[in-house]
Amino acid sequence: MSTVAIPARPKTSVVASAWAFVRRHTLTVYSVVFFLYLLLPIAIVIAFSFNQPVGKFNYTWNKFTFDNWRYWNGVPGIQSAIVLSLEIALLASVIATILGTLIALALVRYGFRGRGVTNLLIFLPLSTPEIVMGASLLTLFLNLNFVFGFWTILIAHVTFCISFAVVSVRARLVGFDRHLEEAAMDLGANEWVTFRKVTLPLIAPAILAALLLCFAVSIDDFVVTYFNSGSEVTFPLFVWGAARIGAPPQVNVIGSAIFVIAVSAMLVNVFVQTRRTKGAS
Amino acid sequence: MVAWLHRRRGLTPYMLLAPGLGFLAVFFVVPLGFLGYQSLQSGNIDFGYAFTWAWGNYKSAVTDYRAEFVRSIEYAGIATVLALVLSYPVAYWIAFRGGRWKNLLLLMIVAPFFVTYLIRTLAWETILSDNGLVVRTLVHLHLVSPGGHLLATSTAVVAGITYNFLPFMALPLYVSLEQIDQRLIEAAQDLYASNWKAFIRVTVPLSLPGVVAGTLLTFIPAAGDFINAQLLGAPQNHMIGNVIQSKFLELTDYPAAAAMSFILMGAILVGVILYARAVGTEQLSGSAV
Repeated sequence: MSTVAIPARPKTSVVASAWAFVRRHTLTVYSVVFFLYLLLPIAIVIAFSFNQPVGKFNYTWNKFTFDNWRYWNGVPGIQSAIVLSLEIALLASVIATILGTLIALALVRYGFRGRGVTNLLIFLPLSTPEIVMGASLLTLFLNLNFVFGFWTILIAHVTFCISFAVVSVRARLVGFDRHLEEAAMDLGANEWVTFRKVTLPLIAPAILAALLLCFAVSIDDFVVTYFNSGSEVTFPLFVWGAARIGAPPQVNVIGSAIFVIAVSAMLVNVFVQTRRTKGAS
Repeated sequence: MVAWLHRRRGLTPYMLLAPGLGFLAVFFVVPLGFLGYQSLQSGNIDFGYAFTWAWGNYKSAVTDYRAEFVRSIEYAGIATVLALVLSYPVAYWIAFRGGRWKNLLLLMIVAPFFVTYLIRTLAWETILSDNGLVVRTLVHLHLVSPGGHLLATSTAVVAGITYNFLPFMALPLYVSLEQIDQRLIEAAQDLYASNWKAFIRVTVPLSLPGVVAGTLLTFIPAAGDFINAQLLGAPQNHMIGNVIQSKFLELTDYPAAAAMSFILMGAILVGVILYARAVGTEQLSGSAV
């Protein structure tokens, strides 16, 4: 950068050369710091899952232990909360992905009147604050005398998952080549066979991506669930209840486990994608 | 199925749309109608509510909870700007210097989302607690007086909101930066623009759709949030979300809570429209999923 010739300094100290390195790589250094900040709470969650807390609050480090992992369901209510969360996430993601995939197919492959309204109806749930969505569903269920519980939670989750499914599938359908379907039918495949053997395999990765996204969004949801759960308790609701009286370290155990499973799945995905692009090029 | 669909091409898209849009109509649009209906009712939980065009609910919501409304907009606004400033350089770095590590780096950006929202907010409670690392460091640097706190302050709430919605900002920024044709920047440099000038005149304008999308994706959920204020703040840091939540679920004052929900949604909508006017609708529609 400097245009004036600087006489060579007699000795460059470690500090000076480190500073020179930082200046040359400001952006890189900043990014590393940024990632440390981003990952710090995750490290804390995992670290404190191995802590043996003194008293109720798992705030200060006391002693390393495996007990929290060994007795992960040792807190009353935690296991049933996890089971409920998994059931809801599984059902909601399957239903929302089916509904969302159909909408995405219509949007990508057909011209039709009402496209604007459709796009609006998909976009609005994504741009509505969760608390408003939760509150409006609450008033619906209250006024129609629904019994709050499993079904109201499931309906709420499907509602906010559909848009995610549409967006996720549509993004991957844009390059879809319709000639492949026509080719299959020219070769004598009937419509059902064409759909099963050509269309479905082609859009399968998009569907899988939507399923995973919906599952992740559903299992993490607190606000909408909180408004519509009645006396049922999902895992985030369990954490909320526990936080008021001091969350047990088992909460960190489950949080860490979810994190490890999700990241592993994503890493496999990234790895496969990288290999595929390498093979393609 | 496909051939059959081909024959009735005019109807097909509607049949594909019907189940999903029907579901959204019944469980997204109709509930908003019920929310509006509820917001104009008067009465109480014991004697029941009656629809009376009670516009007073809106008036008292604004006059009684002005502070919470203002605080929501303020906290969400500061957090959005912070998220933009913090994540733009990183999004830039990944887009232009990421090379073959891009996917891995993006995974690290979204990593916080894989820890349950409430749990990562609780982790900040640990980090910012009085004998946690941050407070002790700040006391050591004389930035916080000994015996000072971070928890239960507005700083903690804003910090929590910023952190929790950061990936919503970083991802769209990355997407728009990634799409920039490098040759445009080279052209600017060939025309004797300095690196800095090329960045300001070429890169920044081209990344504007990402800025708009990221700002909206961060601001909207942040303005309605109540978890950060509840877990990291004190009652004087409560946002409108906290009020809506407690009115609905603890005080069962449904009409007032419904009116506040509508005001929140309306305020956000007006904000989005004004923002769209300011930056140009083209950017907004470009960012609209």
